[in-house]
Amino acid sequence: MLNKSYLKEVFQSSMLKDVMQPNIMFVQCHLLSGEVFILYCVTIISKNYSNIIETLNFKRATHYNGPYTVLQSVRQFQQPIQAQKAGLDGKQVGKETLPPPFTVSILSDGPRSQRSLSSLRSLSDCGNNMASSFSRILSSKRNVGILSLVGAGSLTVGLLLNREQHVSAGAPVRRVYPASAEYPDLRKHNNCMASHLTPAVYAKLCDKATPNGYTLDQAIQTGVDNPGHPFIKTVGMVAGDEESYEVFADIFDPVIVERHNGYDPRTMKHPTDLDASKIRSGQFDEKYVLSSRVRTGRSIRGLSLPPACTRAERREVERVVVNALGGLQGDLSGKYYSLTDMSEKDQQQLIDDHFLFDKPVSPLLTCAGMARDWPDARGIWHNNEKTFLVWINEEDHTRVISMEKGGNMKRVFERFCRGLQEVERLIQEKGWEFMWNENLGYILTCPSNLGTGLRAGVHINLPRLSKDARFAKILDNLRLQKRGTGGVDTAAVGSTFDISNLDRLGQSEVHLVQTLIDGVNFLIECEKRLEKGQDIKIPAPISQFK
Amino acid sequence: MPFGNTHNNFKLNFKVEEEYPDLTKHNNHMAKVLTKEMYAKLRDKQTPTGFTVDDVIQTGVDNPGHPFIMTVGCVAGDEESYEVFKDLFDPIISDRHGGYKPTDKHKTDLNFENLKGGDDLDPNYVLSSRVRTGRSIKGYALPPHNSRGERRAVEKLSVEALNSLDGEFKGKYYPLKAMTDAEQEQLIADHFLFDKPVSPLLLAAGMARDWPDARGIWHNENKTFLVWVNEEDHLRVISMQKGGNMKEVFKRFCVGLNKIEEVFKKHNHGFMWNEHLGYVLTCPSNLGTGLRGGVHVKLPKLSTHAKFEEILTRLRLQKRGTGGVDTASVGGVFDISNADRIGSSEVDQVQCVVDGVKLMVEMEKKLEKGEAIDSMIPAQK
Repeated sequence: MLNKSYLKEVFQSSMLKDVMQPNIMFVQCHLLSGEVFILYCVTIISKNYSNIIETLNFKRATHYNGPYTVLQSVRQFQQPIQAQKAGLDGKQVGKETLPPPFTVSILSDGPRSQRSLSSLRSLSDCGNNMASSFSRILSSKRNVGILSLVGAGSLTVGLLLNREQHVSAGAPVRRVYPASAEYPDLRKHNNCMASHLTPAVYAKLCDKATPNGYTLDQAIQTGVDNPGHPFIKTVGMVAGDEESYEVFADIFDPVIVERHNGYDPRTMKHPTDLDASKIRSGQFDEKYVLSSRVRTGRSIRGLSLPPACTRAERREVERVVVNALGGLQGDLSGKYYSLTDMSEKDQQQLIDDHFLFDKPVSPLLTCAGMARDWPDARGIWHNNEKTFLVWINEEDHTRVISMEKGGNMKRVFERFCRGLQEVERLIQEKGWEFMWNENLGYILTCPSNLGTGLRAGVHINLPRLSKDARFAKILDNLRLQKRGTGGVDTAAVGSTFDISNLDRLGQSEVHLVQTLIDGVNFLIECEKRLEKGQDIKIPAPISQFK
Repeated sequence: MPFGNTHNNFKLNFKVEEEYPDLTKHNNHMAKVLTKEMYAKLRDKQTPTGFTVDDVIQTGVDNPGHPFIMTVGCVAGDEESYEVFKDLFDPIISDRHGGYKPTDKHKTDLNFENLKGGDDLDPNYVLSSRVRTGRSIKGYALPPHNSRGERRAVEKLSVEALNSLDGEFKGKYYPLKAMTDAEQEQLIADHFLFDKPVSPLLLAAGMARDWPDARGIWHNENKTFLVWVNEEDHLRVISMQKGGNMKEVFKRFCVGLNKIEEVFKKHNHGFMWNEHLGYVLTCPSNLGTGLRGGVHVKLPKLSTHAKFEEILTRLRLQKRGTGGVDTASVGGVFDISNADRIGSSEVDQVQCVVDGVKLMVEMEKKLEKGEAIDSMIPAQK
């Protein structure tokens, strides 16, 4: 059986003088039974090669479910490792403090990130030499049934080049009935999922699962349970994890194209730009604009999303994010309020500030499983000045909001970008990162929030313009949308509206905020003209994608 | 398939402490019983259909407590759940059902002739009589866990069985998704129509998925025998009529049930039953007979009497509002029904209702005359 002493024997007997530095060793063992195990250990080379290879924390990982499993298991090595560096002749040349296994984080990244590939190469260089010697030795051990043995470098390379392989390593779906018997009845439905989920697409995808085990039926459940919304055509499906968008691309892609007005993730790239200095004219006339706000969401790579996450994953998201937020300083420094142990006083204050979020009641969210285990691992963080707010584990891992009274949208966006970038830096210090790729931008639970996930908006008073018959068309051409001041699904109070950008994907944050600013300034101009009795013009429609 | 619980093996990557739910503010049967050690022991198990302990307890984790009653806080996803997770279910069943032990045997008695009396409840007080139970079809997963294909198969088989009935049981099936407006109006007027569940207890267990697919109502032409298909259980069978003739209601109930069971058995899909748990249903509170026999009865004076609750307890009865569970009473009219489900037979339980309601009506009459009822208060049954 695979046990510690056996592996020690393997390591000892191999030609380890090729290994120049301490390494994290991964052994991917395919047993004849079909099970795949990942064994890993951090090795330090003792001063004498012929002697015992000291293995630091050898552990047998459980069933292989994709790179995230391994990533999480190794995460326990957060402390630097004291190692003894050895020269080519085996003599000790000195001591060294290795960083925590930072390079392991590249396992979680997709094949498209440039940042990860360079560090991958250095790892693979030392790993490749080991691979051949190991497989020679172990192939003779037939009684254990190991078919292949891969060292750290080649394992990671193997995963990245062969993404299809680990994506299909999800557990088989329980299927008693054929797809035709399981296909949902969508005849009375009106949402994006229902528009594109043909029986053929369903049959193709219904047996698949992501490495975490998330299935198509789970992804579409919210759309099956909620046939339509009175005001808007809802999306009707959610992602349970980052891989959902790949494994179920045959349904997600057309839904994304429809929802994002023609943006095709199969062929187009999404630009990300959080440089707030590029913003022009971001100060609104406060006679009309009462408040300004920018929100987005971020997901922590390696952990499942709210529809699918386990309690442990959700708690991990909370830990990672709260930890990072604790590192914010200056005008961003603040405090975390966990929903599970909030004091009465804190709760009242958060309600008064309009910060508190409650357990979702919208069936669109509850049917997707996002309210499970409420209020475990949910909470609100905000800075002392109450201008930067983060919701944890509500509809997404995090929702980040920058806001203030008045019309200084430039300052709001500047703080937004600064805060986001700081948080990203802080989580990266600990080996985490946000889910992002160059076709979909930032990955969030709902496909409607892909790309920037950004909604920048104002509460604005437009007593005359709002009654003008051309109001809707003007908003449409400016690529803006209106909502009531209570947010989505609310009506306006008096003539105060929430005006925000319509688009999310295909244009950068800077571009969308600039569009909002230009649009709101135009609306204010219209209102002023109407005040003076002058006429207004409908602007030409703005082009959507650059 | 229950949503959001991903593949169980993936969760095993996390330590028990990390996955164990926070039940410190909870007050339901599951929370009282599920220790971390028990969770550790059960978390790597699953039933043949893939139901896991997290699926079992999700509704109890999401619903910490109920204002009126101590809820169960867990459900079964299939027949085997009660076996695979018996370490969890047995103490809950014992707690919920008055000390019912894992070794106890449950008696089933659907012979209506064994009921004594029940045909003479005063209709001036007893407005209506009703007996309901549930049945699960062997070989199919239960509502928290079944897929659309399974649910449709249960519907198909049930409709076939019901449409084969004749005589006083001849009737028609009304699928929820193909109902005409006229039919819907009529069913509402008859108080037959059931709606998509709104109770978070049911929603959190996943029972409302794919609504209204494969759900429907079947009733006989006389409107005295009614079957709900795929609501909280595979089948809910209801016999009812206005007035106080519980005997007749129970007779129709037994005869109808036995006829339906014959048809299912012929298709090799009998009802889920075993000699320890009786009839197996989704919620552990409905094990045994799954029977709730009750009346809508006017007790304006008795219900305000200080000893009302005590009397009910001693008679092994419970009260609800006239809208069913989770509702309050209107105009002094209460829904009074048997409290027990397991450990006594159908006949025993309906007997409790018949005898208990008869006594309470007499108490009400006494209170109307301004007399005391202390001497009538019974001993604990």
